[in-house]
Amino acid sequence: MRRGTPILSTVIVLLGAAYFLVPLYAAFQFSLQMKRGELSLEAYRSVLSSSVFLSTLTFSAVASFAAIAMGALLVVPTVYWVRLKLPRLRPVVEFLSLLPLIIPPVVLVFGHIRLFGSNSVLPLTMTASGTNVLLVMGYVVLSLPYMFRAVDNGMAAIDIRTLTEAAESLGASRIRTIAGVIFPNVRSAIVSGAFLTFSICLGEFVLASLLNRPAFGPYMVQLGQDYAYEPAALAILSFALTWTLMALMQLFATRSPGRRRRAPLKTSTTP
Amino acid sequence: MSFLALSSIRKSFAANTVVKDFTLGVERGEFVSLLGPSGCGKTTVLRMIAGFETPSAGSLRIDGEDVTALPPNRRRIGMVFQSYALFPNLTVAQNVAFGLRVAGVPGPERETRVAEMLRLIGLPDLGARYPYQLSGGQQQRVALARALAVRPRVLLLDEPLSALDAKIRVSLRSEIREIQRDLGITTIFVTHDQEEALSMSDRVVVMNGGVAEQVGTPFEIYNRPRTRFVAGFVGTLNQLEAVVRDPGRGLVEIGGTTLTMSGPLAVAPGRRVRVAFRPEAIRIGAAPGREVMLRARITAVDFMGAVIRIRAETEGGTLSLDTFNRPDTPPPGIGTRTDLSLSSRDLIVLEDGPAA
Ligand SMILES: Nc1ncnc2c1ncn2[C@@H]1O[C@H](COP(=O)(O)OP(=O)(O)OP(=O)(O)O)[C@@H](O)[C@H]1O
Ligand SMILES: [Mg+2]
Repeated sequence: MRRGTPILSTVIVLLGAAYFLVPLYAAFQFSLQMKRGELSLEAYRSVLSSSVFLSTLTFSAVASFAAIAMGALLVVPTVYWVRLKLPRLRPVVEFLSLLPLIIPPVVLVFGHIRLFGSNSVLPLTMTASGTNVLLVMGYVVLSLPYMFRAVDNGMAAIDIRTLTEAAESLGASRIRTIAGVIFPNVRSAIVSGAFLTFSICLGEFVLASLLNRPAFGPYMVQLGQDYAYEPAALAILSFALTWTLMALMQLFATRSPGRRRRAPLKTSTTP
Repeated sequence: MSFLALSSIRKSFAANTVVKDFTLGVERGEFVSLLGPSGCGKTTVLRMIAGFETPSAGSLRIDGEDVTALPPNRRRIGMVFQSYALFPNLTVAQNVAFGLRVAGVPGPERETRVAEMLRLIGLPDLGARYPYQLSGGQQQRVALARALAVRPRVLLLDEPLSALDAKIRVSLRSEIREIQRDLGITTIFVTHDQEEALSMSDRVVVMNGGVAEQVGTPFEIYNRPRTRFVAGFVGTLNQLEAVVRDPGRGLVEIGGTTLTMSGPLAVAPGRRVRVAFRPEAIRIGAAPGREVMLRARITAVDFMGAVIRIRAETEGGTLSLDTFNRPDTPPPGIGTRTDLSLSSRDLIVLEDGPAA
């Protein structure tokens, strides 16, 4: 960066921060005004005392974690294999991984319902657990662009080919190599993919609503239609929750001492 | 039969054949270097021995067992890479233990072996460090320990010293050789550094364009190079033009002097051939037993310490000569005209005929 022009960059940063923080602050301010004429945490009490809040949040959190686990199990070996054996296919796979950004979730969920509906070969939508499976699959698809990017960046940062060959020359099988060498070395990449997956899935509305699952997203929307102050409190709460979880994950991800000197991982998600 | 035997190995990538009819036998405990310029196929040969590449033709045997189709993780070879390739998430001790763990060696025995390996490479106290906390030379020694811990049948090293700076490279060279002798492990060492190859190896394979041009001891390779390529690639080489007089008796003529070569020549009389000789074969001034005399003018003098490298202009071209430094004899000045002498025994007639 050229010296002498930090003013412009500072202004840009401040504008960006304001764009993000002002509405957040406004919502926070509003959420405190449930009682006329005084600032109180009444709206928060109201939200937290609702059992629906807790049950939908738990449901969405569990679904998100399931999606993260499935996504990682799908993406890590795929990216590894493509980078190792089919490098020419990488643009194709990358394009495929970006499709969920182009095709709206509504299309995905109608596809799901048609494919796994009541008179299909595999009528997953007939049972609650079957529909949950569909929901998690949908989440995996939605988070694919982010998971793929994060893991792909992570693998670019280590020399997977030579590490693989080193492991193989020491007698390790393919599975052992992936589990014992590749996975631990892209762990922080997986975690940053997991952040994004989690924050997408927690508030996701379309899939959960059309599959009629008791998830957090539809609950927030419902609440927004019925009440005034509680939705603002809920928004602040879910923000706080997501950020706390991210902080925890970051802590967990960087605790491994073997990588401290590595360049910080790019979590950029823009294609 | 040799312990490690490569028979008529060929390797093609699509239409591009990078290793051609490569045959080599390596005895148990032998240290063999593959030496050659960049892109000549050294790494490809090594990777075929390791199992990372499959030969397009030919076969590979280790200790009598045909391993041509065996996957790398079942070949029991140890490999050391130019880039170290230590596992960044594991400590030094865990890195060294990796292969033992895979092989199912029980805990206590594993620890003993790891400690033994760390002692062997002279880093007994660094087991708890992570690779990023080590210097390049230390990392490469750990990589060596990791490869040796599983007691492989063959040790393969692909330019293990190229990423290190000059001093460490030289000291690690003798360290590797010493460890290799101690363990008596059959070793293939890939390098494009001739000094490395000559100083470390029992035998050197000089490769060019995917072909083994010559296989021999460092002494043979240096003093009796068979082809122009080998002669030119290993060490500095002077060449002079000679006219063949009597091929059957090995008589050639250089600058009016008729010389007897060490053997008969397969060239018609009157043909011109190039004869080659090393810089250290020439002397300034006449000397008994040196029957070839050349008029020369000194054009450059490089004082390198123990050795003085001098360049001289002759009728047949520019020659390079090395003399040892002697405190009582200062090197000749630039522009001096002098006689150079050499002995016909030091002349090599190169197999692939006259130079272009
Ligand atoms: N996987 C591959 N696909 C296509 N060509 C390859 C492949 N691997 C190697 N080659 C080609 O084979 C030739 C020999 O390569 P190799 O790596 O064996 O050379 P090298 O002697 O080890 O060179 P260097 O000293 O630069 O390491 C090169 O021309 C290279 O481009
Ligand atoms: Mg190479």
